[in-house]
Amino acid sequence: MQWETVIGLEIHAQLATDSKIFSGASTQFGNEPNTQACPIDLGMPGVLPVLNEGAVEMAVRFGLGIDADIAGRSVFARKNYFYPDLPKGYQISQYEIPVIGTGKLEIALDDGTSKTVGITRAHLEEDAGKSLHEDFHGMTGVDLNRAGTPLLEIVSEPDLRSAGEAVAYAKKIRTLVRYLGICDGNMQEGSLRVDVNVSIRPQGADAFGTRTEIKNVNSFRFLEKAIHFEVERQADILEHGGTVEQETRLYDPNADETRSMRTKEEANDYRYFPDPDLLPLEVDEAFIERVRATLPELPDEKKNRFTKDYGLPEYDANVLTASRELADYYEHVVAAAGGEPKLAANWVMSELGGVLNAQGLEITESPVSAQALGGLIERISDQTISGKIAKQVFEAMVAGEGSADEIIEAKGLKQITDSGEIERMIDEIVDANPGQVEQYRAGKGKVLGWFVGQVMKASRGKANPEQVNQLLRQKLDG
Amino acid sequence: MHDRTIAELARALAAGEVSSVELTRAALDRIEAHDAEYNSFITVTRDAALAEAEAADEARAAGSAGPLAGVPFAHKDIFCTDGVRTSCGSRMLDSFVSPYDATVVRNMRDAGLVMLGKTNMDEFAMGSSNETSWYGPVKNPWDTERVPGGSSGGSAAAIAARLVPGATGTDTGGSIRQPASLCGITGLKPTYGRVSRYGMVAFASSLDQGGPMARTAEDCGLLLGAMAGFDPNDSTSIDRPVDDYRAALEGADVKGMKIGLPEEYFGEGMSAGVRAAVEGAAEQLRELGAETVEISLPHTEASVPTYYVVAPAEASSNLSRFDGVRYGYRCEDPQDVIDLYQRSRGEGFGAEVQRRIMVGTYALSAGYYDAYYLKAQQIRQLISDDFRRAFEQVDVILGPTSPTTAFRLGERSGDPVAMYLSDVYTIAANLAGLPGLSMPAGFADGLPVGVQLVGNYFEEGRLLGVAHRFQQATDHHRQAPAGVSD
Repeated sequence: MQWETVIGLEIHAQLATDSKIFSGASTQFGNEPNTQACPIDLGMPGVLPVLNEGAVEMAVRFGLGIDADIAGRSVFARKNYFYPDLPKGYQISQYEIPVIGTGKLEIALDDGTSKTVGITRAHLEEDAGKSLHEDFHGMTGVDLNRAGTPLLEIVSEPDLRSAGEAVAYAKKIRTLVRYLGICDGNMQEGSLRVDVNVSIRPQGADAFGTRTEIKNVNSFRFLEKAIHFEVERQADILEHGGTVEQETRLYDPNADETRSMRTKEEANDYRYFPDPDLLPLEVDEAFIERVRATLPELPDEKKNRFTKDYGLPEYDANVLTASRELADYYEHVVAAAGGEPKLAANWVMSELGGVLNAQGLEITESPVSAQALGGLIERISDQTISGKIAKQVFEAMVAGEGSADEIIEAKGLKQITDSGEIERMIDEIVDANPGQVEQYRAGKGKVLGWFVGQVMKASRGKANPEQVNQLLRQKLDG
Repeated sequence: MHDRTIAELARALAAGEVSSVELTRAALDRIEAHDAEYNSFITVTRDAALAEAEAADEARAAGSAGPLAGVPFAHKDIFCTDGVRTSCGSRMLDSFVSPYDATVVRNMRDAGLVMLGKTNMDEFAMGSSNETSWYGPVKNPWDTERVPGGSSGGSAAAIAARLVPGATGTDTGGSIRQPASLCGITGLKPTYGRVSRYGMVAFASSLDQGGPMARTAEDCGLLLGAMAGFDPNDSTSIDRPVDDYRAALEGADVKGMKIGLPEEYFGEGMSAGVRAAVEGAAEQLRELGAETVEISLPHTEASVPTYYVVAPAEASSNLSRFDGVRYGYRCEDPQDVIDLYQRSRGEGFGAEVQRRIMVGTYALSAGYYDAYYLKAQQIRQLISDDFRRAFEQVDVILGPTSPTTAFRLGERSGDPVAMYLSDVYTIAANLAGLPGLSMPAGFADGLPVGVQLVGNYFEEGRLLGVAHRFQQATDHHRQAPAGVSD
C-alpha cells in the first residue's frame, strides 16, 4: 500500500517581551529557580492578571507577517487542569476567539519548488513553570520562573505531506519570528517548541486517518526523525490490520522512538470558559497600522530583492535570507566590497560558512567582520590577489592577523602583474630547462602546463596566471 | 466611645477629644473582653493596630492626617494583608500569611484607618449564615442562638456588637447586604468594578465586589470613599473618578424621587415581619416626598438558578490554585501528586466549598457547558435588561434584603437550597453588576429587618443619599442589641 503522510504543526513561540504576559516579573532565562516569580506568577490568593500590551503587539506583528486576519475582539479563556507547575490550576489561553486568525506561509522545498502552508490561527497564552525531576530524591521540584512567559501558539493546517516539508515549515516559522523580533527561536532553551500531529492515509484518499500528537520535539533533526518513526509505526499497524489510536505521544531522542503518553480517553476535559478576570482584548485598526509601520523587511521580500537587485540565484538568496543577521552581514560585505554580489555570496556561504560551522559560531559571532570580508573581496575584484591567495589571506584574517590589506602587505602576497618581472622569471626557467623546451617545440603541448607551474612556484603563487600563460607562449613559440 | 459612628469618631479625633491610640486600645480591649461571645474575629492584630494608631496620631499632630485617620475598623478575612494571616475562613489557608496587601487594604491604610484585625466569614465566602467557617460560626449579637448571615457575618456581627464602628465586606450574591440586614446595620455593595478586587481572594470573579459595612449610610459613604477607585492591577476595575460621597449626603433629599417596588419581590417566601418593614420603609419614603411606583423585574425567578451555575463555575476554577503545592494546607505524607491533591483539597476544604466546586466543575464540563454555563450567561443578560428597563422608569428600586430575619444556628445547614434562597433578593444586583444597599428598617420579634435599595450603575451616591435621608427620619439604625451599648 502507498501511504500519504499528513502533518500539521503546533508551534509555541515564547515572545521576547521583557516582562511576563500577565505580570511585571522578568522573563529572563536561566536564573536561580523561583527568583523571578511574583505573587501573580505564583498564583497567590487574590492576585489578578493584567495583559502585557507588548505581547499583543508581537502577536499582531506575527499576524501581519503571515498576512492573517487579526481579530478586532478576542477572548482569553481558562484552560483548567491540575499540574504542580501550573500555579493557578488553569492556564490563561485563548480558545474560541484567537487574536490571530487564518494566514499563510510560503516554504521552499528541496526540489526548488515552493508551497503555501495554511495557518489556522495563532493565539496568546501563558507558559507554565517547569517540574524538575532530577536532584530531588523521590520528589519533584517546581521552578516557576517560566510561569507566565508569553507564548504565541501557531497552529498550521494539516497541509504538510512529509517530514521534509514539516522541517521546512518549522524553519520558516523560526526565520519569520526572528525577523519580526518577537522570539529568539532558541529551541534548546525551549523558546520555540513544536508539537506534531501526524496521520497517514492511502495515497489518493480524501478522508484523514486517525492522528497522533507528538510532543517534546526540541530540534529540527528530532522533528524529522520523530515523524519518520511515527509514519512507519502507523503504517505498520495499518498494514497488519490494526487501527491507529488517537493519542498523545512523546518523542524520546535517545531511543529514537515515540511512546504513548495518554490516550484520548485519558485526555483532560479542560473546561474552557472565558476568563472573568480579563476583559475581551480589543485591537483596533489604528493599533494594527502602528505595528505595521514598524515591520522590518520580511524574509520573502528580502529574498526577492536579493535575486532581483544582486542577481543571485534562488538558492543563494534563500540561504542568505535564512536569518536577518546573515542577510544584514551579506549586504554589508557587498557594500564594503563595492560590488561583486555573487562573489560575496560565494564567500559568505562557503568560506565563512565553513569556518562558522567548524567553530560552532553564529553569524553575529563571526571572527571576520563584514567590513573586513568586503575588503578582501575588493582585493580579489581589483586583481591585487588571486582567488587562491585570497583563501590564504582569509585564513590569516580568521586567525586575527589583521585586515586583508595588512596581511597582503605583511606577507608580500600582492599579485605580480609587472610583465618585466614575470618575463625575468620565465627567462630563468626556460634557460635552465632546455630539455623541456625541446620537447615543447617538438609538439608536446602539455609541457606548457609544466612551465606555468614552475613560474607560479617561483613567484610563490603571486604571478597572475593568465599573464604567465601568455608570456610563456610568446617566449616558447617565438 | 464604642457607641459612636465613624463620622462622630472622625470629628472627635479632629477636635482632639480623643487620640487614635486611646480609641484603638479601647476597641481592642472590647474585642478581647466580648468577642468570645460572637466569634466575629479570626485574627486580632493588636500590636500592628497600636502602631498604626500611633502613626495616625503623629500624622494628625503634624497636620498631615486625612479625615478618617486614626479611626479603627476591621477587614473581612478575605482581603490579603501583608504579613498577617489571610484565612478566608478556611482550613486551607489557616497557615497562609499573605506576602502582599490587597489594593483595598493599601487604600484604607493610606487613608489612615487603623485595622484591628480580620473578621470571620463563611469559608471562601460561600454561605449565608457564617456557619461554614473553619473557625466556627459567628453568633448574631441580637440573639446569640441565631446566625448573623453571611458570608460577611463576622464584620456584621462585630459592628452590631459595637466592637468596631465599621468593616469591609465582600458581596458575591448578597454577602454584605444579607448579614447587614440580619444584624441591623447598613452595608453597601458597590457597582462591579468600583472597588478593586486585587488581593481579595476570589470566589466568583464576575460577581465579587468589596464594599463597606457600618451602622449608618453616612459611615458607609466615608468608608467607600477610602476603598474605591480605579486600580491598574485589576483589569475589571473601572477608570472613573470616585464620587464625593460625603457631599452626596449633605442635603440629600428624596423629594420627587421615583422609587420602584418590583412586584416579583413581594410574592411568596417573604415573612410577614419583613413585608411589614419593607412596606413601612416605602411609606416613610413617600412621607419624605418620594413617589413609589410598581415595576416588574420579570426574570427575578431565574436569578437564584442562574447564580448557582455562574458562581460555582467560576469558583471551581478560582479555587484550583489551592492544591497543597505552594502554600496553604498540605495533607500529611502524600504518596504521589494525585494523593497530594485529593487529600489536601479533601481535608482543606469544608463540605459547602466542595459541593460548589463539584457543581461548578459539572457545569463547565464538555457536553454540559452550553446547557448550563452558556445558558446562565444568556439569562444573566436578560436580568440586566430587566433592570435597564426599570431604571428608565424609576431612580432607585426598593425591596426586601432577605426573605426572613436571622434564623437559628443549624436550622438550614442541612438544606443547601433553603440556605441559597436567603439570597433570592440580593443575587440579581450581582448578576447585573448594580450597586445595592441594605439598611435597617424595623424589627420583627426583636430581630432587625433590613430593606434593600438597588441603584443604577455608579449611583452609590444616590443610594447612600436615600438611605441617609431615611436614617435622618428614623432610628432603626440606632438600636443596639441588649447590653452592647453599656
